[in-house]
Amino acid sequence: MDFISNHAVLVVSLIKIAVLLFVVMTALAYLTWFERKVVARIQSRWGPYYVGAHGLLQPLADGLKFLFKEDLTPPSSDRFVYILAPFLALSLALTTLALIPFGPPSIQVLGQPVFVIANSNIGLLFLFAITSIGVYGVALAGWSSNSKYPLLGGLRSSAQMISYEVSLTLSVVGVLLLAGSFSFNGIIERQAGNIGHWNVWPQIVGFLCYITAAIAETNRVPFDLPEAETELVAGFHTEYSSFKFAMFFMAEYANMITVSCLATILFFGGWLSPLPDSWTWQLYLPGAGLIALGLYCAYDTVKEMRGIARLQLSVVTLMALVAGAICLMPPVMHVIQGPFWFVAKVGLFIFFYVWIRGTLPRFRYDQLMSFGWKLLLPVSLANLVVTALVILLVKR
Amino acid sequence: MSFPVILFFICAAMAVLGAILLIVAREPIHSALSLILVMVSLAILYLLLGAEFIAAVQIIVYAGAIMVLFVFVIMLLNAGVEERTSWSKMAKYAGMPLAIFLLLEIAHWVWRASVGAKVANGAGAAQAAFSTHDLAMALFQQYLFPFEATSILILIAILGALVLAKRSE
Repeated sequence: MDFISNHAVLVVSLIKIAVLLFVVMTALAYLTWFERKVVARIQSRWGPYYVGAHGLLQPLADGLKFLFKEDLTPPSSDRFVYILAPFLALSLALTTLALIPFGPPSIQVLGQPVFVIANSNIGLLFLFAITSIGVYGVALAGWSSNSKYPLLGGLRSSAQMISYEVSLTLSVVGVLLLAGSFSFNGIIERQAGNIGHWNVWPQIVGFLCYITAAIAETNRVPFDLPEAETELVAGFHTEYSSFKFAMFFMAEYANMITVSCLATILFFGGWLSPLPDSWTWQLYLPGAGLIALGLYCAYDTVKEMRGIARLQLSVVTLMALVAGAICLMPPVMHVIQGPFWFVAKVGLFIFFYVWIRGTLPRFRYDQLMSFGWKLLLPVSLANLVVTALVILLVKR
Repeated sequence: MSFPVILFFICAAMAVLGAILLIVAREPIHSALSLILVMVSLAILYLLLGAEFIAAVQIIVYAGAIMVLFVFVIMLLNAGVEERTSWSKMAKYAGMPLAIFLLLEIAHWVWRASVGAKVANGAGAAQAAFSTHDLAMALFQQYLFPFEATSILILIAILGALVLAKRSE
């Protein structure tokens, strides 16, 4: 016990890292399921269906497949860099999550805040620092494969990420001016109140610039030029197979989660509730939502499922009902509020991402570049100047 | 030994290793990667000194922007493996003693200033002096003129590069 109280920072941090990694890895796996389901619905298909009820075991099957596939290394590749690239991509993508506060700092264990791993005064700057070196994963993968299409894909993505990083950073400065702080908690606490106090309203232009640049930064449709399959086979990861390919895949989804978290924190009040504090019934929302999900699953189990799928879905039903009951217990209820709203908002952003993917066609490369430099950059600069002017005038 | 001291020696070793690899590596991309390693370890050293802002900016500007352009250009030009030349007589007989002398001199001054001790117990003390707010105040009030002069200097350099690049076309 002495050891634990003496090294509280170390012990609590390690536990938090383990839990966060577990949660994020599971979320990454089910994000692929979610994306395939939603895109399928947009395109009038069923999506994954046969592995488990509603294809719920598909991520597991995919993971096993990636593990057991033959791991090919092109003979002419630069071996060290070739292996380094996927590790770099995934580890940097996961590192950024350490800075994200998933709940209020007031909830503590052993004097350490529970919902954030690294609570820094300049969290936002560190996040940008880590994402700014994230481009190496893609660029080095393209170079080290020593093959035409990966090289072109790597070059494209480096150019694209450099171009859009400028607008991404500039679009956020408006929020920083409003908050007067680089720390995530400072930025969130400034938006306290209800939905009307969020930064989206004064910074709507900044938000639109941010979300556009963020989609480009994460190489997603309609900005997925680095892996435009009609031109470049699979872009920078053409020569990667087996689990190294899966690592790039996971890095892309982890980046999606990071930029969604960032959008939530900067513009949508982070872990704050959108409802006014006086509406106390909102405390029951997380539990009620889970129980509603459980009841729907129960209905589905009885009505639609046959055979083994029935068993699988009843497990999901049970899990949802038990989790819902736990969330309704008074001490848990208060702790769970922050993470509930945070995850709900991030979920909406992820859905938005998938929705965009199901809706928009891909840009042409010259369109991408001229859009980034000639429209997005001037608009985010203008937003910055106007915000600064307004703040100056109001303060006078 | 306390945790910061251990971290200091790990990062210092990484920085030196990166610097040596930078010179020894024959593939330009490997040299660039080693340089990134040096910059990232330097950033961690800044963090140990309590200079959070400088550390973040070091990574954003050097590792994240400048080195990306280096790597980009190396990839674009598809630069081949370096060719080695035999050492010149000058380097052998004058360079080596001078290099050793320089190393000894640096070691002497580092020893006298005991930088390691400062890193070990300076994290708390340096925090107050290096907060982002103080840095901004110093930069935009006390040193505003040098700051603006430097930006104009950099702008001139960029314009010069553009003019030179255009002329050769």
